[in-house]
Amino acid sequence: MAVTYRIAVIGDWESVMGFRALGLDTYPVASVEEAREKVRQLARTDCAVIYLTETLAKEMEDVITRYKDELRPAIILIPGREGPLGIGRDSIQRAIERAVGADIL
Amino acid sequence: MANITVSPTRMELTRLKGKLRTAQRGHKLLKDKRDELMKQFLDTVREVRSLRAEVEEELMTVHKSFTVASALMSSEALEQALLYPKQSVVLTQTTQNIMSVNVPVYDFQMQTRSESDIYPYGFAATSGELDTAVDALGHVFRKMLKLAEIEKSAQLMAEEIEKTRRRVNALEYVMIPNTQEAIRYITMKLDENDRATTTRLMKVKDMILKESLEEKRAETARAVEAFGKEQKPV
Repeated sequence: MAVTYRIAVIGDWESVMGFRALGLDTYPVASVEEAREKVRQLARTDCAVIYLTETLAKEMEDVITRYKDELRPAIILIPGREGPLGIGRDSIQRAIERAVGADIL
Repeated sequence: MANITVSPTRMELTRLKGKLRTAQRGHKLLKDKRDELMKQFLDTVREVRSLRAEVEEELMTVHKSFTVASALMSSEALEQALLYPKQSVVLTQTTQNIMSVNVPVYDFQMQTRSESDIYPYGFAATSGELDTAVDALGHVFRKMLKLAEIEKSAQLMAEEIEKTRRRVNALEYVMIPNTQEAIRYITMKLDENDRATTTRLMKVKDMILKESLEEKRAETARAVEAFGKEQKPV
């Protein structure tokens, strides 16, 4: 029951360094390819939540969709240093469209 | 139009009627499930939206503080300051069942020696902005974890609603009408067979009656003839 999981943060170095001070696992990546590989790798291990910066997320839609319907890991988008790009908000919008079949809100 | 490849027998009719009853009950249940899920889902979505807005806003302030800190310090010094964390986070995940959807519930413990001493660096070599940033990040992190929990729940529920919606529609627009059509077809066919049997029986009865009538007539005729012959010599 008391299985413990890790929380990972993936993004460019400036965006993720702060999380290191909190004791989360940070994975600064330089390219989208690297991030993609990291997410796949973390999903196989005991990682329950992955925070991913929107800047990277915009280029790796496929990987995010792949893990969307699985309980673990939860890939949550956070704004990077450049500011919110609205992708995280869009993902909720898409969830609604998926559930209702139309955009109702 | 339904598939008319059913055999019009009574056994098939009974089977189809049972199938229809099950389908209708299933349809009703699934519809209820869909409605309830939708209600829960919309609540969650509303929560996600407001929480996400909050988190995004707070994270931006954190990023700003970090930017200022990195401007005041060399990036090597900054990296060094944050290199070895003093606290660690242990996350435990349990699941909660909302209308047969397993959604995660996260619970985390900060493992730190004291609440006030979370900074993994000495104050001498770092800028004050960094303290503010780390502190603010610690606050926003709680919200981020909550966000992770409900956003994942929303995604999982969306998937389940989609599935349920498809099942409801399949039952409502395909399965139930098809079965009803098949039942109607069998009933009509059986009725038609009944009528056919009745007319055939009537026809047969007619034929038998006609035969026996003719036989009787022939007998009478013979009798009359015999009677006439007997009468003649007299």
